[in-house]
Amino acid sequence: MADASAKQVLFEPIFSNNPIALQILGICSALAVTTSMNVTLVMCLAVTAVTAFANLAVSMVRAQIPGSIRIIVQMTIIASLVIVVDQILKAYAYEISKQLSVFVGLIITNCIVMGRAEGFAMKNGPWLSFLDGIGNGLGYSVLLIFVAFFRELLGAGSLFGVTLMPVVNEGGWYIPNGLLLLPPSAFFIIGLAIWGLRTWKPEQVEEPDYKMSRHTAKEAF
Amino acid sequence: MAKAKETVSRTLVVALVLSIVFSVVVSTAAVMLKPAQIKNQNLDIKTNILSAAGMLPDSPTAEEIEETFAQFQVRLVNLKTGEFVEPSYVGVQDPMKYDMYKAASNPELSTDIPASEDKAGIKRRPDVAKIYTLSENGELKRVVLPIHGYGLWSTLYGFISLEGNLNTIEGLGFYAHAETPGLGGEVDNPRWKQQWTGKELYNEDKTEPQIQLVKGGVSANTPNKQHKVDALSGATLTSRGVQQLVNYWMGDRGFAPFLKKLRQGEV
Repeated sequence: MADASAKQVLFEPIFSNNPIALQILGICSALAVTTSMNVTLVMCLAVTAVTAFANLAVSMVRAQIPGSIRIIVQMTIIASLVIVVDQILKAYAYEISKQLSVFVGLIITNCIVMGRAEGFAMKNGPWLSFLDGIGNGLGYSVLLIFVAFFRELLGAGSLFGVTLMPVVNEGGWYIPNGLLLLPPSAFFIIGLAIWGLRTWKPEQVEEPDYKMSRHTAKEAF
Repeated sequence: MAKAKETVSRTLVVALVLSIVFSVVVSTAAVMLKPAQIKNQNLDIKTNILSAAGMLPDSPTAEEIEETFAQFQVRLVNLKTGEFVEPSYVGVQDPMKYDMYKAASNPELSTDIPASEDKAGIKRRPDVAKIYTLSENGELKRVVLPIHGYGLWSTLYGFISLEGNLNTIEGLGFYAHAETPGLGGEVDNPRWKQQWTGKELYNEDKTEPQIQLVKGGVSANTPNKQHKVDALSGATLTSRGVQQLVNYWMGDRGFAPFLKKLRQGEV
């Protein structure tokens, strides 16, 4: 990892090492905030900013952090950044911050942020760590936007709040799929995305944990 | 070096410095952004009041909202006596600054609701409510009252707007809730909200509110259709919550004593 190039750390997480699809981190918010594109985009920006700056800050002080309190130190840095982001959203994007409500605060517990701080920033320089944060934020964003695209289009007949398929409740023709507005539907879409990604990049398919041995008994009894 | 940073004193120093640095960062952000946040919150409340009253212009700007809202008078009402009170009664200068939902957790400014009467599921009720009146040439045109109560997952907070006769509903809207999107969340659907316009709260004797959310729709020959609104499909509990909370707030434990006095010109 030490000799990773800037380009690699920035672009690898998008498809080759996607935090959601391959590392299976940050699923909670992927289910919660993907009902509409606007909200999703803001959430993605917030997560990307927090991951990047948390990585930067952790990496800058990594030589000073005693091993025994390193997780707490990372947590403090991340939590402070999240509070700042939350305050900024409340001041400048009030409508969207109302819809995101508690999920901005929950970025603190997003495993991607913590995972990158502990896994990458503790071992690499500030610039690379910053890029790694951006890259992982982008990887998170790509998948979330993919999920939100289908959920908003099929669940509400619109994209970015602009009606494309007028729904029956508002006098149109489209009967929206209510399931897509509920969090579990994101599981299906993420699952399909992972399937698609692994078909395209078969090296991501994991080795099975065990294999059935050949059936050898000649008779049933 | 690698060893030196693992000492107890070093750990304490790092923890202390980190705490100080980040408390400064966080408090600076909070203090600097506070004015913009308060402005947003006030604007949001005003937007919701105007929207319930049907006075919200299309894609309004902040100035338009402030301007339209300036027609309203903000008053405080003691729910027990049904009379107006001065802002100093609840310890504020400007009635706009009074937060009735915060007051509901202050034992001096609120009352427990006995479980048998707690139709709205709110447990405590503030003694003083903040209402908005609009008069033209000395004649009362419109009253906007805050309402809240429990739906299926969450407490719904909203406003109901009444015409000058204090019986006909002009509009109703909720600005905060966490009901299921697409089902209970349809309380925000403009087409559903439209139905409330023109409905009547009370019957002849003007005591008990009569609002009902009914399944299967309300047609021209439904009996008592002036009190009935089509329930939300797939959201029985949210619909029941809305029915209960409207009737609670318009009833004896809510605004009924005040509305009665206002109707008779006593306040």
